[in-house]
Amino acid sequence: MVTLIKPTFAMEQNAVYCRPQAFTDVSTHYCPGCTHGVAHRLIGEVIDEMGIRENTVGVAPVGCSVFAYNYFNTDFVEAAHGRAPAMATGIKRVLPDKVVFSYQGDGDLASIGMAEIMHAAARGEHITVIFINNAIYGMTGGQMAPTSLPGMKTTSSPNGRDVETQGYPVRMAEMLAQMDGAGYVVRRSLHDPANIRKAKKAIRTAFEVQQHGLGFSLVELLSTCPTNWGMTPVDALGWVNEHMIPAFPLGDYKVSPAVAQIKF
Amino acid sequence: MARELIKGNVAMAESAIRYGLEAYFGYPITPQTELLEHLAKRMPELGRAFVQAESEVAAINMVYGAACTGVRVMTSSSSPGVSLMSEGISYIAGTEIPAVLINVMRGGPGLGNIAPAQSDYNQAVRGGGHGDYRNIVLAPASVQEAIDLVGLSFDLAEKYRTIAMILADGSIGQMMEPAELPEMRPIQRKDPEWATNGNPNRPRRQLTSIYLEPHDEEITNLRLLKRWQDIQTNEVRYKEYYLDDADYVIVGFGTAGRIALSAVRAARAKGIKVGLLRPITLSPFPVAVMDELSQRAKAFLVVEMNTGQMLDDVRMAVRGRAPIEFYGRPGGVVPFPDEIMSEIERMTHAKLNSQTDPRMAWLERALAR
Ligand SMILES: Cc1ncc(C[n+]2csc(CCOP(=O)(O)OP(=O)(O)O)c2C)c(N)n1
Ligand code: SF4
Repeated sequence: MVTLIKPTFAMEQNAVYCRPQAFTDVSTHYCPGCTHGVAHRLIGEVIDEMGIRENTVGVAPVGCSVFAYNYFNTDFVEAAHGRAPAMATGIKRVLPDKVVFSYQGDGDLASIGMAEIMHAAARGEHITVIFINNAIYGMTGGQMAPTSLPGMKTTSSPNGRDVETQGYPVRMAEMLAQMDGAGYVVRRSLHDPANIRKAKKAIRTAFEVQQHGLGFSLVELLSTCPTNWGMTPVDALGWVNEHMIPAFPLGDYKVSPAVAQIKF
Repeated sequence: MARELIKGNVAMAESAIRYGLEAYFGYPITPQTELLEHLAKRMPELGRAFVQAESEVAAINMVYGAACTGVRVMTSSSSPGVSLMSEGISYIAGTEIPAVLINVMRGGPGLGNIAPAQSDYNQAVRGGGHGDYRNIVLAPASVQEAIDLVGLSFDLAEKYRTIAMILADGSIGQMMEPAELPEMRPIQRKDPEWATNGNPNRPRRQLTSIYLEPHDEEITNLRLLKRWQDIQTNEVRYKEYYLDDADYVIVGFGTAGRIALSAVRAARAKGIKVGLLRPITLSPFPVAVMDELSQRAKAFLVVEMNTGQMLDDVRMAVRGRAPIEFYGRPGGVVPFPDEIMSEIERMTHAKLNSQTDPRMAWLERALAR
């Protein structure tokens, strides 16, 4: 049983750390130490800072974050597995003045939804995608993801991912950067405070790119799944640093010249 | 507005525009493509949304997104494309939001062919995707009726927060006929109380099709069925031809119904008391009128451009009270009125039995031909 800190506590005057306005007053269902919560928090802070809470429509994926719509105090829809970019396209095309973002895991975005994400980027849809790469299928209990590392043990690669028969990890940020319609594609990590700060700045930039009409924007976030990796939360953070970053180098893969001019 | 010579696919597309279509998402496939092409030109001209999606899977999920905002949205496809859309159709049904889908059917299964067929009847009226839901399905038999049903389908979809599908066979899409389009209606963007349109100054809204708690899903299934009951009560539509004194009743929808009408007229000229029931709503199926007819008809003849799909619904409505015969031309073959005329004559002479399986009896005749 987890003891919850009452949100009212943080709302007291002089509080230095409170729940973003963009959050609802419920606690999440994520496992302890899972960085899905960190990613949510960063998005919530960015929505607050930009003052766009009442103009935003989010699109939740199928995956551990299927219930993301319960946690954000904005309009939200729940997509079919992998189809969030198509659904976001449908929304943005009829509501071009609203901010539309999707939040997707690696099974959702890089496997079943590969076509939808590539073409949303190719069309230069003015949507923002937050892509959680935790190298595994969390929700269904730890099967191999397209982003699982070579040799990585999962419930569907019990002897370790064998690249001969199970292929190689897919690097989405690198691929999406090739799309002319993409204005901003970067990869960040959530494994320590310094990287979390950089991740937040990238998320802010991605939303700004959308607000400025500069094309498709995506932030890939290296994230943990302590539960299915079979690690403590702290070890999981270390594993991101030691194993995931070498396979998925952090960096800016596409920053169109106009994006560099945005001031915030 | 004046009548003009217009192709079915173009007519349905233009009709949708005039009834206030705000967004269209589709993928090319014969024999539906002119519909997409017409909208590709017209929608951007009018400042409305048009996207040629990367697949039918994406197209229906774009429809899903736009439908969540409460605007009039549509897609169109033909049989193989509709199979791909069945995922999105199920999600739209589960989310209880309105959307319109036009299926200009072709021969199948598989890649089949591009000739007109009615082989997606079961897929359409039984829902098509996974889960416990039903769609409204409307079958036009002329270009004019297709135009009118497009308008009706938007109204019904919105009234019942459901999918309304127009099930047109390829000939309706491809043929040119004189028809009258409606006046251009100005777009009236509404803000239905459920729409996730990012409007300020109200509590947030969510749309989802997930109900993890089985009791919640059960309640949802019951709510959907209750709504379906209302649809069944209020929205059944069909056309009757020469049925008042008919001894024999032909049942056919869309193009098959239209061809059957020519045969009925020819038979009447020969003094045979035969009439036609042409269901317009295939779902909800016109059960009450079938029920009434089955108490006075000597026999029924079901005519379809498939191997007998609506036939099962007719059999359920007739409940063994009268013999039923079947005549089908599957695979993209369109029957001639003469063929149906011969069936009518055969029916009037043969000793009919309500215990025989009409589909298998027809199969034997078809294979012997
Ligand atoms: C069409 C379809 N196929 C499979 C599933 C089962 N499923 C649910 S979540 C999931 C994988 C999610 O993994 P990921 O996107 O990496 O997100 P995570 O749970 O790790 O956050 C799968 C395969 C489904 N819901 N729908
Ligand atoms: S299963 Fe993994 S990804 Fe899902 S909430 Fe738990 S730790 Fe996070």
